[in-house]
Amino acid sequence: MEIYAKGMESRHLNEIIRSCKDKNIIVRGVNGQRFIACGLDGKDITAYGTIGNGAGAYMLGGVLRVEGSAQDAAGDTMNGGEIYVGGRCGDATGYAMRGGEIYVKEDVGYRAGVHMKQYGEHRPVIVVGGTAGCFLGEYLAGGVIAVLNLKNEKCPVGEDMARGMHGGRIYVRGKVSVPLPVSVTASKARREDMELIRPQIEKFCKAFRADEREIYSEEFTLLQPAAGNPYNRLYVNN
Amino acid sequence: MESRYYEGKVRIPSGCAISGFINRDGRLSDGSAIIKSIATMHDRSNGLGGGFAGYGIYPEYKDYYAIHMFYRDTLIKKQVEEFLDEHFDIINLSKIPVRKTPKIVDEPLIWRYFVKPLPTKLAESQLDEDEFVSRCAFRINTFMDGAYVFSCGKNMGAFKAVGYPEDVGEFYRLDEYAAYSWIAHGRYPTNTPGWWGGAHPFCLLDFAVVHNGEISSYDANRRNIEMYGYKCNLQTDTEVITYIFDYLVRKRGLTLQEACKVIAAPFWEQIDRMPAQEREQAEYLRRIYSGLLVTGPFSVILGYTGGLLAINDRLKLRGMVVAEKGNTTYIASEECAIRVIAPVLDKIYSPKGGEVVIAEVGR
Repeated sequence: MEIYAKGMESRHLNEIIRSCKDKNIIVRGVNGQRFIACGLDGKDITAYGTIGNGAGAYMLGGVLRVEGSAQDAAGDTMNGGEIYVGGRCGDATGYAMRGGEIYVKEDVGYRAGVHMKQYGEHRPVIVVGGTAGCFLGEYLAGGVIAVLNLKNEKCPVGEDMARGMHGGRIYVRGKVSVPLPVSVTASKARREDMELIRPQIEKFCKAFRADEREIYSEEFTLLQPAAGNPYNRLYVNN
Repeated sequence: MESRYYEGKVRIPSGCAISGFINRDGRLSDGSAIIKSIATMHDRSNGLGGGFAGYGIYPEYKDYYAIHMFYRDTLIKKQVEEFLDEHFDIINLSKIPVRKTPKIVDEPLIWRYFVKPLPTKLAESQLDEDEFVSRCAFRINTFMDGAYVFSCGKNMGAFKAVGYPEDVGEFYRLDEYAAYSWIAHGRYPTNTPGWWGGAHPFCLLDFAVVHNGEISSYDANRRNIEMYGYKCNLQTDTEVITYIFDYLVRKRGLTLQEACKVIAAPFWEQIDRMPAQEREQAEYLRRIYSGLLVTGPFSVILGYTGGLLAINDRLKLRGMVVAEKGNTTYIASEECAIRVIAPVLDKIYSPKGGEVVIAEVGR
């Protein structure tokens, strides 16, 4: 099914999408409509334009492709499925994600992956092709964030990254030159670390026609919580 | 005001939308594009306030202060007009033309005056023209119950009301004005009532501010700025931002960039890492004007003669996107509000928290 969304209200557009029986849905002329593919499961939606706030929020499965940019809070509290954004994303991408994967071709704004967590087989992933704003992976409790810095910016991440991080992994292609909290350690990613994200990098390259060799041409920095109990040094033992 | 509307008695989830653009080549655009832009973010407001400001709209009166007034009734109008007559040379006065619509109701009397301070009064006051006009505006807003000056700059004007911004733009017939820069606001009041005087923009002389967010430091800022003769009587936190800019830039002679280093001052730990000279300046501004540091989430567009300025709070707790196409710079809460009037852009980005964006005519 194909929907022409120009000038359509968010609620109306989402009702049409939800009531559609087709697996494949194409939405053209999107501009700012919110909550597209919210709670989506088992569908393949392609949206053309600038998709509004909360795209793919609470998504359970299926695929949302955005041929354009996404605004704030794409993949908010997402549980499963895949989101591909062919442009840039606003703030709080993958906010409190609990599963699923988000691939962004260009940059993401502030607070990407804030409060992401993992449990059992649910391991959320965010792959960013460009750079990420400040507070990347704030309060990170689980899952994986990778920043590929394909435009080779001097510093692909902003200040206050990994603040309060106590689980999960953040990969950054190149060096991290911003100050890091004491509860986080940064090290050169080893071969076995890179193996863990190889399938996702493959997917990214396939989706956005990126060159895998170029991605691996530079070493990655890996950020992890410092120890079993990263707050040991911050709080009094009781 | 009925007590059930006071802060704490009612809680509405936050929203608000801002948008603005400036033609850096000085080209004029009518009000239809800015209405279209702010209307795209309809869901961010709730119909309790909308407003616009346009620059370059009164070329035939460009040397006169354009005073826009709300009056509760003809009685107070008469009283204010006597006051204006006593202090100013009024070269033109009229009702601001409106287009009646069922979506905008309970309007006050809305009038416009093009004025110049009377030379004798001005000399007697020992003030410059701007200060004279600003003091008269505060005098009306503070002491004349039921009358509000909501715009008093030269060759610019604000238009605001209770309603959705697209309806407010229709109501004020903005398609009949031509400006080189426009700013707009859609309101979703969270802490204070939605009333005509409380809609954005908040103006003083040629400064106009639209704001999305909530100023946690409002009362500290208000107490500080009221020491310098400003009066916050419009029941909306944003008002104080306008006065802070006016105080720092017009009265203290700071540049706009320096004023932003006061309002969204860098954190001490960032200051510690700065090179010596920059650190000294940042420390100086933080210490001298500590009472004017604005905390809490905000994205703000400031309009002034010949330019627009945009700034986020230091932690960037509100969305803001900046874009360029040819000689026009766009600023909005959401990308869609820019794309709707400029689908293809040369450049689009989100400024960092505390980063100043300035776009000016001829630059």
